[in-house]
Amino acid sequence: MSGGGTVAPRRPPGGGRVSRRWLVALAFLGPALVLLGAIVIYPIVFTVFRSFYDRAGDAFVGMDNYQQMFASQRTRTAIKNNMIWVAVAPAIATGVGLIVAVLAERVRWQTAFKVAVFMPMAISGLATGVIFRLVYETEPERGLANAVVTTVAGTFRSSGEYAGARPSQEDALQPAGMGYLTADTFSPGDTAPLGLLAIRPSEVPDSAEEAVLPQAGAGELAGAVWLDFSRGGGGERGVPDPTEVGLPGMRVEALQAERVVAATEARADGTFVFTGLEPGDYRLRLAEANFRPPWGGVNWLSPTLVTPAVIAAWLWIWVGFAMIVIGAGLAAIPRDVLEAARVDGASEWQVFRRVTAPLLIPVLLVVLVTLVINVLKIFDLVLVIPPGSVQDNANVIALEMWRVSFGGARNQGLGSALSVFLFLLVLPAMAFNIKRFRSERR
Amino acid sequence: MATAIDAPRRTDAPGEEAPRRQGSVAARLSRAVAKGPLNVILLLIALFWLLPTFGLLVSSFRSAADNATNGWWNVFTAPAQLTLDSYQSLLGDARMVGAFWNTVLITVPSTLGVVLIGSLAAYAFAWIDFPGRDWAFITVVGLLVVPVQVALIPVAELYGRLGVFGSIPTVILFHIAFGLPFAIFLLRNFFAGIPAELLEAARIDGAGEARIFFRVVLPIGLPAIASLSIFQFLWVWNDLLIALVFAGTDAAPLTVAIREQTRQFGANIDVIAPGAFISLIVPLVVFFAFQRYFVQGLLAGAEK
Repeated sequence: MSGGGTVAPRRPPGGGRVSRRWLVALAFLGPALVLLGAIVIYPIVFTVFRSFYDRAGDAFVGMDNYQQMFASQRTRTAIKNNMIWVAVAPAIATGVGLIVAVLAERVRWQTAFKVAVFMPMAISGLATGVIFRLVYETEPERGLANAVVTTVAGTFRSSGEYAGARPSQEDALQPAGMGYLTADTFSPGDTAPLGLLAIRPSEVPDSAEEAVLPQAGAGELAGAVWLDFSRGGGGERGVPDPTEVGLPGMRVEALQAERVVAATEARADGTFVFTGLEPGDYRLRLAEANFRPPWGGVNWLSPTLVTPAVIAAWLWIWVGFAMIVIGAGLAAIPRDVLEAARVDGASEWQVFRRVTAPLLIPVLLVVLVTLVINVLKIFDLVLVIPPGSVQDNANVIALEMWRVSFGGARNQGLGSALSVFLFLLVLPAMAFNIKRFRSERR
Repeated sequence: MATAIDAPRRTDAPGEEAPRRQGSVAARLSRAVAKGPLNVILLLIALFWLLPTFGLLVSSFRSAADNATNGWWNVFTAPAQLTLDSYQSLLGDARMVGAFWNTVLITVPSTLGVVLIGSLAAYAFAWIDFPGRDWAFITVVGLLVVPVQVALIPVAELYGRLGVFGSIPTVILFHIAFGLPFAIFLLRNFFAGIPAELLEAARIDGAGEARIFFRVVLPIGLPAIASLSIFQFLWVWNDLLIALVFAGTDAAPLTVAIREQTRQFGANIDVIAPGAFISLIVPLVVFFAFQRYFVQGLLAGAEK
């Protein structure tokens, strides 16, 4: 498909055939000319004129629409977001596409892999938007992204097992951050009863045993943390009663002068012991980590994160495009050049840096430009993924153009100005395409 | 030297397959082990790409209540959640069914139209030497990237003046017009590669341009036409913006109908999920059936 035949075959010379040839050409070109003229070229000109008229198109207003475009907060956000899109999305897609194209070449199932990554290209922006709305659901129970993120985070930083618990005697244990600190001080030889409430029996670990208050040995500071709640009522506050259970794994810290000097964990029956403490007064603290609520994940569609979240959905579609085009570029690199470099003792990385990458640059450029054009016109993902409340935060030029011109406001003067602005942004890419095309014909 | 290469412990050179050498079992095994991490990484990437779509599929087979309480992956522990209810109610929804047929009625003529009109023009650009041809073609190349936004307001106004605004044919015409630059670009490059002798032979046999076009150029150009058709089909089938602007209520395709539902995303998930899945399964089938042509068209569009 590499464009040969740039020189048309000359017809045998014959007088008076030029006009006939015109006619034949016109017959072939006619339908295309009419449609392109009426629906593409004439509208470009019309839109430029229209952008200097007011919302209904009656009064000439000069540059007012353009002034309004750069003055209004909504359009400014749209322009800013479009700049973010252009700066970030095509570069990432090209980079990731390059990496996966290079990696995929090295496995046997590369065709299957490429099809998987490439498949979203066949899916509409609308369907992709729906897919990612589901992925971005905030609750980790429902949204895939948060389910994954919270699970991964949970393996690194476990949430407290006793979130929501509070002391049974509020004057004995006082809140300290998310943890609790004893009001009284204890010395080695003392026993500290630390009762807690507001823990559902189902949340107590299965290993828990009946709570007891230990006797502190010589030089030991001992105590118990337990669920100070007897099933069926009764029982005495501040004393472990027979049906009450310990809270195993509770982290207890001994503090002197507000510094942690020792830490331990409660056993199955809720008892804990500090040994080897210097004589003196200590406060005990139930560490914050015990009470830390589970992390609820990320609010992907919040005003600050919504644009990155939509860009991620866009990448899901377009990395495949970059991968395929770059993959074809890789395949076009002559094998013997690579082999020669390897025979000369170049490492794989050197081969990539010195041979593959330079030969790929034209292809990468084409991919980048194609994606920049695409991103400038981005519309449907931004319409579908952000919920109504953050639509203004996620706004882009193409979306704003539609909203202003057809959705409610019906200010087609401003809409035309936005279109012209979009068109101007695409012009460099158009110049790039034409230049590339002409150099190819030589 | 040769023995050193054959020794089955050369796992240091990362990746690159040993050139066409039937290695021993041990050699192949060690190569597989060396590529283990790579395989795992690529597997994870592929999974990352497949899961979201799979999630939509599973969600569409769960009730709205289940979707509201927990994620689709719960079907693995509770397969009883799977139900056809959403699809059944979707099929009973006249508006959605109508929207599906509107999508077909818009997509098929748009595809055929762009192929026919585009290939006629491409033939002229490739083989008829008319004055100004090069400039005209460069204009076409320039039009490749024109955003549809610049045409929305004037064309809507034009359709309004003609009194045809909102009907399916107007949507089709817009799609054909904006599909033409790519069609002409792709097909001209392919047609121009046809050997001149074939055309000359037909001409000597007394064939006119029309006959040459239909009997010689079109059959040979079939692969390129296939690529173009798939692109145009996907483009039109998946379009939202053009339909939002030009299709009236009765002409609205599936994308527009689903989009209306997404404004109350949580409440309408039982319509949105199966609707979106139906709207994506058709292009996906086309994509898998004609993958080769799709890739060819892509590469021709983004030619080096």
